[in-house]
Amino acid sequence: MIAYIIRRLLYAIPILIGVNVITFTLFFVVNSPDDMARVHLGVKRVTPEAIRKWKEERGYDKALLYNGAAAGAQAFTDTIFYEKSVKLFAFEFGRSDQGRDIGYDIGNRMWASLAIALPVFLLGLAAYLTFALLMAFFRATYVDFWGVVACVMMMSISGLFYIIGGQYLVGKLLNLVPISGYDGGANALKFLVLPVIIGVVSGIGASTRWYRTIFLEEISKDYVRTARAKGLSELRVLFRHVLANAMIPILTGVVVVIPLLFMGSLVTEAFFGIPGLGSYTIDAINSQDFAVVRAMVFLGSVLYIVGLIVTDISYTWVDPRVRFE
Amino acid sequence: MPFKIVILWTDALIYLLVVVVLLLAWHVRRHEHLAAPWRKVARSPGGLAAAALLALFVVIGLADSVHYRPSVAVKDGKTVYAVEVLSLLDAIAAPLRARKEKTYSAPLATRLFAKETIELPGGGQARDYPRLKHGGAHLEQPEEQWASDIARRALWGAAAGVVLWLVLAILLCALLARRAGADVDEIWRAIWRGETEVPWRAVLVTLAVVLVAGMPLLALAAKYHVFGTDKVGQDVFYQSLKSIRTGLVIGTLTTLVMLPFALLLGVMAGYFKGWVDDAIQYLYTTLSSIPGVLLIAAAVLMMQVYIETHPELFDTVTARADLRLLFLCVILGITSWTGLARLLRGEALKLREMEYIQAAHAFGVSHWRILTRHILPNVMHIVLIAVVMDFSGLVLAEAVLSYVGVGVDPSTISFGTMINSARLEMARDPMVWWSLAAAFCFMLLMVLSANLFADAVRDAFDPRIRTARPFRLAAQKA
Repeated sequence: MIAYIIRRLLYAIPILIGVNVITFTLFFVVNSPDDMARVHLGVKRVTPEAIRKWKEERGYDKALLYNGAAAGAQAFTDTIFYEKSVKLFAFEFGRSDQGRDIGYDIGNRMWASLAIALPVFLLGLAAYLTFALLMAFFRATYVDFWGVVACVMMMSISGLFYIIGGQYLVGKLLNLVPISGYDGGANALKFLVLPVIIGVVSGIGASTRWYRTIFLEEISKDYVRTARAKGLSELRVLFRHVLANAMIPILTGVVVVIPLLFMGSLVTEAFFGIPGLGSYTIDAINSQDFAVVRAMVFLGSVLYIVGLIVTDISYTWVDPRVRFE
Repeated sequence: MPFKIVILWTDALIYLLVVVVLLLAWHVRRHEHLAAPWRKVARSPGGLAAAALLALFVVIGLADSVHYRPSVAVKDGKTVYAVEVLSLLDAIAAPLRARKEKTYSAPLATRLFAKETIELPGGGQARDYPRLKHGGAHLEQPEEQWASDIARRALWGAAAGVVLWLVLAILLCALLARRAGADVDEIWRAIWRGETEVPWRAVLVTLAVVLVAGMPLLALAAKYHVFGTDKVGQDVFYQSLKSIRTGLVIGTLTTLVMLPFALLLGVMAGYFKGWVDDAIQYLYTTLSSIPGVLLIAAAVLMMQVYIETHPELFDTVTARADLRLLFLCVILGITSWTGLARLLRGEALKLREMEYIQAAHAFGVSHWRILTRHILPNVMHIVLIAVVMDFSGLVLAEAVLSYVGVGVDPSTISFGTMINSARLEMARDPMVWWSLAAAFCFMLLMVLSANLFADAVRDAFDPRIRTARPFRLAAQKA
C-alpha cells in the first residue's frame, strides 16, 4: 500500500512538470513580459523606461530559460523559468504583480473558501443520494418520471440564475440574511447560510440524475434479484446492497473534488463577496494579475492530482477486491 | 454594390459545419444501418419536439451568421462601406435594432423608467417620466389607450399564429397523405390519435405553442419594446435574439475544434498501445489535471494581452470580437477533448482484440485503413452521444465564463454579457428585472431543448440501452 502511494506520487511529478511547462509557455512565451508590462501600464503612451522598471520590480527582466551572462549553475537558476516556475514545486509562489505575498494570501483565504465548499459538498452529497435513492425506489412510477423531468429542468438553468434568484428571494424580499459579505468566527454563519443552500440546490438536477442512473444500473443486476428472492425488504436491498455496490462509480466522481474544495467556487464567492480563493482568482483575472493566476493554476493541478490518488486509495475501503500491487 | 459580404472566421466554420452535417445526413439516408437509430430518435415525442424548437434556434442563428457591411457613400467612383458589420438577422430586425431609447424602460412601457426634468408645453418644467421615443409612440393618450392597444395587437398576433399554424399543419398532412397515398383527413385524424409512426402530434403541439406565443410577441415588438430596454436604451428582445448565435457558436464550434484531437489521439492510443498510448495518456492527464476554469482563464488572459498589444491585426470591432469568440471555442475545445479521448481509447482497446480486426491484420490491411474503415465507424456512436451531450453544458459555461470576465468580448451580445450587465441592475430599487428574465427564458428554452434532444439521441444510440429496450416492452405487454 505504502509502496503504491509512493509510486503514484512519483508518477505525479512528470505531470506537474507538464503543467508547469504549459503555464510557463502560456504566460511567458505567447506574450513576452514586455507585452504584459504594456497592458498593465496602459497600451498607449508607455515609455521603454517604465516597462523596464515594471519588469525589474517583478523580476521579469531576466532571461527566459538560459542566462548567458551568469556563470555556472546561475546560468539556469537566474532565469524567469527557474524563479517563477521551478520554485512553484517548493510552493514558493512569490509575490503578486501588485507586490503582495501570494503564499500568505492563499493561507489566509482558503479557510473562507472551505467554510462554504465543505458544507455544500457534504449536504449536497447527502441530499443528492437521498433523492436518487428515492427515485430508484419509486422507479417506473409517476414519482420517478416527474423527478426526472424536474431534474432536467433544474440542470437546464444556469447556475448564475440560482444565485441571482436566491439572493433576490431570501436576501432582498424576505430579508432573512444579508445578501453578501463575510465575517470571522461564529458571525460567519449568517453569511454562509444562503451561499450553501444555493450551492446545494443548483447541483440537484445534474447530480441526482447521474446517481439515479448509477442506482438503476445496479438494480437491474442479478445479485439484487437474488436479494429480493431471499425475501429482503426493498429498503434493505436498496441500502445494504445497491448503495454499497454503487459506491465505486460514486466515489470516482466524488473523492476527486475533495482537495479542490480549498479552491472554492469562483462565481459563488464573487457574488456573495466571500474573501476566499475563488474571489481571489476572480480579482486577479479582472486586474490581470498574472502571477496570482499562475500560482492558482499550479495549486489547482496539485490538488487535483492529490484527489486522483485519494480516489484510488478510497476504492480499497469500499471494495475489498481492489488490491494495489 | 449596396453592400459587401463579410465572412468572419466563425461564419466560415459554421458554413463548414452545415456542409458537413448535410453530407453526413445524405450519407446516413443511403445506409439503412446508419439510419435506423435516427429513426428511433424521430419516434421519441420529446426528442422530436425538442428538435423542432432547436431547429428554430438554428434558423435564427444561421440568419445571424451571414454578415455584410452596407455602403454609406460613394466617393470618386468607389463605394465606402460602413465600419459596422451587420447580419441578415440585423436586417430583418432592423426596427428593433434602430429604435434606441435613452435608458431603461420596462417591458411594453410607454415611458422611461427614471424620472427626468421635462419642459412643459406651456413653459415651465416638471419632473416626470418622459415618453419613450419609440415604444408606444403611436399612442395619443398612452394612459387610456395602452391596455386596449396591447390587447388588440396581442390578439391579432395570436390569431395570425393560429392561421399560420393551421396552414403549416395542413401542408404537413397533405405531404404525408401524398407519401402514404391516403386522405388528408385520415392522416389528420391519425396524427391526433397518435397513430403515426413519427409522433407528428408532438411537433404540431410544439409548433402551436411557439406560434401562438411567438406571433403576439412579434406583433407587439413592431410598436413596443416587448422585453424593455437596457441601460443604453437597446431593445432587450433584440439582444436575446443576437445571443442565440453566440450560444450556438460556442456549443457547436467547440465540438468541431475538439473532435479531430479527440478522435485521432483517443483511437490511436487505444489501437497502437505501447509508447503511443503512454505519450497520449500523459498528454491528456496533464491537460485534464489543470482545473478547466483556471486553464481557460489563463489562456483568455494571455489572448487579451495579445489582442491589446496587436490592434493592427483587426480591421473592425466585429472582427476582433469574432476572433475572440473563435479563440474561446478553441480553448474550450482544448480543455474538453480529454474526456472524449479517454472514452475512445477504452473503446478502441476493446475493438482491437475483436476477430474482424485480427482478420484484417491477417489479410495485411494497413494500420491506417483498419483505423478508418474498421475502428472509426464503430466508435462513432460514442462521439455522437458525447457531442450532443456537451452542447448544453457549453452554452451554460459561456454564461459563467463571460460573468467571470474570461468569456466573449464585451461587445459580443451573449447570454453571459446580458446577465453580467444586469448584475448591477439587481441592486436598483425598484429592480430592473427584464434583462435577466429575457436571458433566463431564452437560455432555458435553448438548453432544455438541447438536453431533451440529447437524451433522445443517447437512448437511440447507446447500445446498452438498446439491449434493455425489448425487456421493457415485454414487461409492458405482460
